[in-house]
Amino acid sequence: MPSDRDGLSVIVQVVTRWILVLIVVYGFGVAFFGHLTPGGGFAGGVVIACGFVLATLAFGGRSGPAAAFHRRVASLEAAGALTYLGMAAIGWTVGHFMQAWTPRGADFTLASAPFLVVLNLAILLKVGAGLFAGFMVLVLFDRAPAAPRDGKGGG
Amino acid sequence: MTFYALTLALLGVGLYGLLAKRNMLKKVLGLVILDYAVNLLLVAVGYRAGGGAPILLPGEDPAAFAAGSVDPLPQALVLTSIVIGLGATMLLVAMVLRLHQRYGTLDVDRMDRLKG
Amino acid sequence: MDAILIGLAAFLLLGSVAALEMKNLLSAVITVGVVGMGLSILFLLLGAPDIAITQVVVEVIVVTVMIRATTRTADEESGRPRSLATVVAGVGAMVLLVGVAVAAFAALPAFGAARAVPSDWYLTHAQRATGAANVVTSIVLDFRGYDTLGEATVILVAIASALVLARHVTGDGESGRARRGAAAPADAPPAGEEAPRA
Repeated sequence: MPSDRDGLSVIVQVVTRWILVLIVVYGFGVAFFGHLTPGGGFAGGVVIACGFVLATLAFGGRSGPAAAFHRRVASLEAAGALTYLGMAAIGWTVGHFMQAWTPRGADFTLASAPFLVVLNLAILLKVGAGLFAGFMVLVLFDRAPAAPRDGKGGG
Repeated sequence: MTFYALTLALLGVGLYGLLAKRNMLKKVLGLVILDYAVNLLLVAVGYRAGGGAPILLPGEDPAAFAAGSVDPLPQALVLTSIVIGLGATMLLVAMVLRLHQRYGTLDVDRMDRLKG
Repeated sequence: MDAILIGLAAFLLLGSVAALEMKNLLSAVITVGVVGMGLSILFLLLGAPDIAITQVVVEVIVVTVMIRATTRTADEESGRPRSLATVVAGVGAMVLLVGVAVAAFAALPAFGAARAVPSDWYLTHAQRATGAANVVTSIVLDFRGYDTLGEATVILVAIASALVLARHVTGDGESGRARRGAAAPADAPPAGEEAPRA
């Protein structure tokens, strides 16, 4: 039963559970088709980060669908960065660093630039996880013990 | 030129907010406005009157597209710049919160007197 | 069309001045949020839809973060301005910057007619060279992929620095260890040596 002590009211929590799915799907869609329609990895990444920010605000930061990601943001961000570097490094085998080495399909379809699709998804992971981690750091400040007001201590 | 002048005035307002305000959160707001002004300036330099977005549609003539589209290069620069601006703003707010916890105030002049 | 653009830019300018001069911090943050939304419309009208999407969402996140910061620190906007010397220096810097910039921009081609030289090549050859219909994506990820790599690094460094600032909360680092040591001097040894008991 969602608690309405931390976070926002029960109505907001119930609605947020559903809306979060839609937001994540929208973010993936914007990034996936970024080489054909406006958007791309950055727009998709910030949309997903914003969705998780909403979930954190609605559920209070300790429970809810966003809490499962609190420990994993660092790995997701690293996965995005390593995917980007890996795709670029494979270019060394066929030519120079960061050469678009994937085979290309027909124009104006999803397969017209698979290299860009994978890079868009890598940027989505990197930007989304990174910005959500930044927001979590700011939430962390709320749990600080009261700082001593004299000049000593407090780091 | 009027548009450039207004955007440069926005830049000046952001700089003024960063320098001449004593509340730290107002300074952060000044930096946010400075970010907006710089990104707007970059995109405005690439604008072509009557031009469309730089996205090729199926069946469009490539030569007409190249002649009538706005400049895509500043847009590529601004896209990353906006996200980096968000990261920098988060870092600044973290600094402001840490300073508030350390000194108990957001006022830079009172902080000067409390130091040491 | 130009009138709409200039009208929106004037709205942004007025909104920013109002936001900076407001006494109440929460109202100032919300006004900056409205300015950001107006900026997103301006981006759309200037022919940059990817940037408009990104700006709207970034605006929402910035307003959320600033509202949290405003409510967590007691709202204390002191009405007194800074010393006269500081205000004069601020206004002087602003006038100098804007003056030099206006002189520099007067040397550019008129608004709506400038074009960078590589962009013609990008617009005509992007689809053939990369297969992407969105020229901005092909520039960001293919032609100038190194810049995106640099941007990923900058975000990483910014968030890592913010995490370092939060260390006195998480208990890592020297201040955390000192706090733990002071709070429980006679207690069991630190966590790393609890293995024999487990």
